[in-house]
Amino acid sequence: MARTLPATDVVIIGSGWSGGIIGKELAAAGQRVVMLERGAPQWTSPDWAPPQVHDELKYDRRHEMHQNAAKETYTFRNATSETALPMRSFTFAYPGDKLGGAGAHWAGVTYRFDEVEFRLRSHYTQKYGASILEGLTSQDWPVSYSDLEPYYEKFERLAGTSGKAGNLRGQKIVGGNPFEAPRQSEYPNPPMKVPFAAALFGESAANLGLHPFIQPASLVTRPYVNSEGLQMSPCAYCGFCASHGCEHFAKASPNICILPAALKQPSFELRTNAHVLRIELTADRKRATGVTYVDAAGEELFQPAEMVFSCAFAINNARLFLLSGIGTPYDPSTNEGQVGRNFTHQSRGNVQLFFSEDFHLNPFMGAGAAAVTLDDYNGDNFDHGPLGFVGGAYVQIQVVGAGPITFRPTPPGTPRWGSAYKAALKRYYNHAITLGTSGASQAQRGSYLSLDPTYTDAWGQPLLRITHDYNEQDLKLSNFVVDRAMEIAKGMRGVQQAVPNKMRRPYSTATYQTTHLTGGTIMGDSPANSAVNRYGQSWDVPNVFTVGANLFPQNASWNPTSTIGALSYFVTEKVKNEYLRTPGPLVPA
Amino acid sequence: MSELVSLWRRHVLSGLAALPAALLPGGARAQAPHAGHAAPPAPGATPAATPATPATGPATGPTTPPRPQAWLFLNPLEVEAVEALMGRLLPADGNGPGAREAGGAIFLDRQLAGAWGAGAHLYTKGPIARGTAAQGYQLGLAPAELFRLGLAQLDEVCRQQQGGRRFAELDTATQDQVITALEKNQLALGPLPGGIFFSQMMEATLESFFADPIHGGNQDMVGWKLVGFPGYYSSYFNVIERHNLPYNRPPVSLADHAHARHGDSAAPEGKL
Repeated sequence: MARTLPATDVVIIGSGWSGGIIGKELAAAGQRVVMLERGAPQWTSPDWAPPQVHDELKYDRRHEMHQNAAKETYTFRNATSETALPMRSFTFAYPGDKLGGAGAHWAGVTYRFDEVEFRLRSHYTQKYGASILEGLTSQDWPVSYSDLEPYYEKFERLAGTSGKAGNLRGQKIVGGNPFEAPRQSEYPNPPMKVPFAAALFGESAANLGLHPFIQPASLVTRPYVNSEGLQMSPCAYCGFCASHGCEHFAKASPNICILPAALKQPSFELRTNAHVLRIELTADRKRATGVTYVDAAGEELFQPAEMVFSCAFAINNARLFLLSGIGTPYDPSTNEGQVGRNFTHQSRGNVQLFFSEDFHLNPFMGAGAAAVTLDDYNGDNFDHGPLGFVGGAYVQIQVVGAGPITFRPTPPGTPRWGSAYKAALKRYYNHAITLGTSGASQAQRGSYLSLDPTYTDAWGQPLLRITHDYNEQDLKLSNFVVDRAMEIAKGMRGVQQAVPNKMRRPYSTATYQTTHLTGGTIMGDSPANSAVNRYGQSWDVPNVFTVGANLFPQNASWNPTSTIGALSYFVTEKVKNEYLRTPGPLVPA
Repeated sequence: MSELVSLWRRHVLSGLAALPAALLPGGARAQAPHAGHAAPPAPGATPAATPATPATGPATGPTTPPRPQAWLFLNPLEVEAVEALMGRLLPADGNGPGAREAGGAIFLDRQLAGAWGAGAHLYTKGPIARGTAAQGYQLGLAPAELFRLGLAQLDEVCRQQQGGRRFAELDTATQDQVITALEKNQLALGPLPGGIFFSQMMEATLESFFADPIHGGNQDMVGWKLVGFPGYYSSYFNVIERHNLPYNRPPVSLADHAHARHGDSAAPEGKL
């Protein structure tokens, strides 16, 4: 029997971007906030101190900052006809496991979604006819770009985002992204420096008449005081970025951008090593009474609360809903039930480039988001009529830093071991790079989340089961965009060989995809098509909210973090202005 | 030329132009070596980038592997097997020392004796099932268990098939045949599929060769020197846009932090 703790107003599950923003804002509004983080505390100092944080083995290979699969993993199958098996180690994605969540070890890529993305079904249906989305369960968001625009800006000012506007209040600016939705303000910081390989990409793309730009990044490019009064320092391009903590105070993270401000609030309390088992409901399952969690010593504790915010890693929120009995689990055979539906990942593809030896790419000089990229083949920026798919991909060269344990490019046909392999490592390490495509992924009936009937976590609770394979749309998208990427590759100076890699079935958990897992408790305009409303509020249990990529009805091509940040501010403002005065459903069901 | 094209051309060329000629490949001959390429070679059109010819000359550098103060996990026969395997997977050759000479066995010994060997971050609960390729590694064995089993079975299989000789006692040509059979998953190591043992052993060999030397392998940073990775420098702020810079600073290990500096600070001799 859990020991009951003194009641509080708000419980926040998770200390990542959404939890950090919501927790700080509600505490500043006078709410008593308890934040429960399952992992250990970690801070720039002392945890990411140089030089130790530049240890590729520890961070990239031994998962220092990633979710611990030994305690909690996912099970996976390609189709309902298969038996799901546990992902025994994390390879396909890297959710976070400590203070700051995945926001502590992300790469810093910071895109806004465009206007079309938020009305995906109606836009494509109107323009190309309903058949273009046949068989898919993708749908419109219940919010628009203009709803979120002020909150995107708030997130960028929190994270010190660097970039150059390409569309400032409708005025197109050369050098920025001309396809981006109109921004009301310039980025807080100027764009990042450009690594050699990325510059060669930009040159070739511009020669083709495309519109390359420097990728927006939450890696600050000059000394910066963020919107919470917290100091950040310029990125040093040290190349130990994604999967690492940043010792330079340059990569935005909840740990340096928002949690210190939250902790200054007298009514905010952070508890680490606090693993939430479930959200507790009243017998009629219409109201949450608080959450039950396990502390570091293994004691079960019940934290009563008036409101619960589930701000765990994206799909872990769907698991918490399922474990807690919030809403109705999705059933793919009937397409009914809302919790678990519309799981999507990312449509990928790339071109591996091998250069002549007089092109010194120096891939170890880089940063998680240091890239030149383009949106010419993204969103609805090109004619989809003859192509038979919706959405697109950004195409780019990003130089994240190239630790040689993980960065070992060799051309196809190279022996996998021995002297010939060793010679190829020597030949290509400094003369190869990946031209990547990151594409949208549409939702379908057979791709969903549920509780596994067999495998359990370290606390005896069912693991989350992922059932997923690529759909025809996503394969067509990858095929098309990789062909376009090849055109850019062929125009790049120094390239001797370009090897296209298109996405192929089956979707596999044995290789890294991205950490952009979305859906499971999607937002919508009705309980008939979603688990939560436009404010992340459960249709079924209105004092439970959730904010994360689990709200996305389908996945965009662009990385999710800034949209999560914008939604966090959007939701918080509504809660502060309305819910706190009159608790209850913010949207009539 | 469009404004955007000229913007990007400036971006690329400014880096090249900023280079002191002496730092460019070929020295003063190559002021801006690529500016004149009107027609770059068509990628994919010719197999121009077939793997470089293996260096087959005499090995340079140390030829015997270093010894630890004591072995933490591996027994003497396992040490011999690991060193023999690493000696073929990434061998000493004209391109310098291999994984064995760089302390690969010491690296693996420490890893197997530690948290990773015991299965940290590895979900080992049953039921165990083979699954599909898309479901990934499905054995319930922690690395320490997997390598102990695999190395013993490797010697056992070799004894049976190679006249009583253990893997380390075979000539290198025969060792290569055995490794090839493992790679192709044509040789089972008792209950362990040979392909799984091969890939785990190769991953460990690469980790040993390219991880920071503080972990026991990659001694004298020979792996980093092979490929030109400079190690743990904490900043390239001032050089990342000096495009095509042949970066020839000696690599720095985490163990060298007392002498650490930013990778772009001016060296006393005024060059990188």
